[in-house]
Amino acid sequence: MKKFFSRHEAYVLMVIVILSIIITLINPSFFTLENLFDLFKSYSYLGIFAIGVLFVLISGGIDISFSAIATVAMYAMAVYLIRFGGNIFLTFLIPAVIGIGLGMINASIIYFFNIPSIITTIATLNIYYGILVVLSGGKWLYGLPDWFRQFAELRAFTLTNAEGGQYGLSIITVMWFVILLIAWLILHYTLLGRGIYAMGGSPPSAKRAGFNILFQQMFVYAFMGLMAGIAGMVHAMLVQTVAPNAIVGKELDVIAAVVLGGASLTGGTGTIFGTILGIALIAILSNGMTLMRIPSFWYNVIIGLVVIISVSFSVYRRRQREKQTILVEVE
Amino acid sequence: MTDVFLSMKNISKRYVGVQALDGVDFEIRKGEIHCLVGENGSGKSTLIKIISGAVAPDDSSEIMIDGQPFQNYQAIDSIHKGIEVIYQDLSLFPNLPVAENIALSQLISEGDRLINWKDTQSIAEKAMARIGVKIPLDALVEEIAIADQQLVAICRALTSDVKLLIMDEPTSSLTKKEVDALFEVVKDMQSHGIATLFVSHKLNEVLQIAERVTVLRDGKIVGTFPSNELDDEKMTMLMTGKKVEYTKYLAEIQGERPLLEVKNLSKRGNFKDISFRIYPGEILGITGLLGSGRTELALALFGVNPADSGEILFDGGQVKIRFIQDATRLGISYVPENRLVQGLIMPQPVHKNLILTILSKLLNRLGLIDSHKMQDSVQKWVNELAIKVPSLDSPVQTLSGGNQQRVVLAKWIATAPKILILDGPTIGIDVAAKSAIHEIIRNLAKEGIAILLISDEVPEVFQNCNRILVMHKGRFIAEYDAAQTSIEEIQNLINLSS
Repeated sequence: MKKFFSRHEAYVLMVIVILSIIITLINPSFFTLENLFDLFKSYSYLGIFAIGVLFVLISGGIDISFSAIATVAMYAMAVYLIRFGGNIFLTFLIPAVIGIGLGMINASIIYFFNIPSIITTIATLNIYYGILVVLSGGKWLYGLPDWFRQFAELRAFTLTNAEGGQYGLSIITVMWFVILLIAWLILHYTLLGRGIYAMGGSPPSAKRAGFNILFQQMFVYAFMGLMAGIAGMVHAMLVQTVAPNAIVGKELDVIAAVVLGGASLTGGTGTIFGTILGIALIAILSNGMTLMRIPSFWYNVIIGLVVIISVSFSVYRRRQREKQTILVEVE
Repeated sequence: MTDVFLSMKNISKRYVGVQALDGVDFEIRKGEIHCLVGENGSGKSTLIKIISGAVAPDDSSEIMIDGQPFQNYQAIDSIHKGIEVIYQDLSLFPNLPVAENIALSQLISEGDRLINWKDTQSIAEKAMARIGVKIPLDALVEEIAIADQQLVAICRALTSDVKLLIMDEPTSSLTKKEVDALFEVVKDMQSHGIATLFVSHKLNEVLQIAERVTVLRDGKIVGTFPSNELDDEKMTMLMTGKKVEYTKYLAEIQGERPLLEVKNLSKRGNFKDISFRIYPGEILGITGLLGSGRTELALALFGVNPADSGEILFDGGQVKIRFIQDATRLGISYVPENRLVQGLIMPQPVHKNLILTILSKLLNRLGLIDSHKMQDSVQKWVNELAIKVPSLDSPVQTLSGGNQQRVVLAKWIATAPKILILDGPTIGIDVAAKSAIHEIIRNLAKEGIAILLISDEVPEVFQNCNRILVMHKGRFIAEYDAAQTSIEEIQNLINLSS
């Protein structure tokens, strides 16, 4: 218990609790099951991105291009759905394969040309997105098949509110939870997961220890791509239209959320639990501002401030601890 | 020949423009403690890399392990044959727990896809039990002491069926006590039939532990000797190819008034009741083991780690040193212990490193750096300290240790300091370069600079200093007049106190 409170996650959790209390005091409709389920649903695509970003950050890299990968995957899937009506299997498969493929291109460039991941993925962001805009002419896609809309509205269970409206745990949220569970299992219980931590902590040591760095690098960026593909599909389910510019621009929000959750940009640290908290904090901030009627223009300012305050607090705590350690046993 | 574990014949390695190894024959017997010594650039690290399979030797080379010849020798072959290397950086994962650090390589070699945390714990516990150490299993490696990290690295090597353990400079950041403990572990491993190859700079330690010593010079084998046939002096000669005479030097004190006087300086958890005086032109030595507080004291005088209480008098007047700027304004310069991290910007060229401390003196009327002034000043220091550089534009990391140290020295001497604090000025540089650095230090003292020489090598302070202060657990426990003491007397005191 004591150990938990010395961890970064504890502060984020504290901030979330305090924020929730404040928002609820101002607008009680915040702290209702309905709002909670709604938040879980509408932030699930950012949450899925965040899992991919977490993997990349732990491995010591960064990926900026995931929003473009998601857009390409989502657009391709939509074109297929509109033209062929589609089936559920291919609807999942197309964005997944595109995501994995584009992620592996990222990994290959980073590994074989030895270009820093941030440069590579800024470049591929522009390339992937640019090609899509050229090919699509920036056209929005409407008229997704009915079954796709109905699928998105499935719920694991359904409740009814006072006005008779229905709400519940969306299938989209369930998908996010399942992915979270798988990701946690990979990170915690597989050699591959531990290898990703090892690689982020000390790349030369990981190489000497016999980890297959190329494979791990490929896996991490392909996994990021897969997450991006799924998140793109989920985004299409949520809004039921596909716009080329709907997701690009969200990169920094997601990275901020993951960093808020305790992942380090220098690699080697970060947890699934922290990432969930990071996304939750961003979601609550945004939702709370709407409920408190704060103009949405302030959103970016506040997110920026929260990131700085939270991260500096945890750095400050670490420095305090270092100060307390005794260098020399003075007699 | 059955008792030979590793036999290497005619090992050569040519890098672009450099013959790193040239026809080296080398062997290690089963269960022996063997030492590999040589100056920087003599080919030690290349040889280790070849043994570990990280670097492929040139074609003519022959490698036999356990009587079995190897071709296309790879890292995985060496691991399968029971060869483990502990590099100087230990190759641990600072962000992961101790248990995982120990167990990971075994888990990798077993090819398990899944991690069983109970197995991980028991692998780690077993390895620790083998050498009788206890380190908390769930502590992160970055949170434990360097000596413990070293033990973690050894434990990790022990998880496999190791036959030969290679340690690269294992003692460079350990205290005397920790070195002794490490040697106990090595001897214990020997009783289990594990051979150890040490690569070390510290000659006295080499002789303490090794059964045989192999000396390398300029990529060639000078010879392999039983350690009882060697002493410090003979080994130095074998390594350098020439006889290096150590001379004792007493600087001439210039002036009656102390340049710096420190009274009862204390800092909690760092040092306590430190008092001393230093005169212009004097070389004052501070020695003591790693962790005795000597570096913390130096940092306090330089304003990095200000003291909590006590007085500092500079040239008779009381001063406060709270920031580095306070110290530099007084004319105190500090050459840090770890030049790689704290002293130099490694990828930057020599000239850019040299001028860093004197930028404000090189400005022209517009407030920009005057390139002529810069060139002149750089050239001057390069000549004065005889820094060997291919070109002033070469990155510092391409220079040898001795030349790097000269660049750091030049950088601070250029500020025209009144007091120069040198913290371990010859750590990790070879014997010939060492005496050249000593010569520079003596010449600086002649110019009237007061020099505070901090070193854990007693011969170094003995040969260069007027007075020697011995530090232990944050306090001065003795002061010696260099003219009336001996290396043995000081060494004995240090050994007794530890």
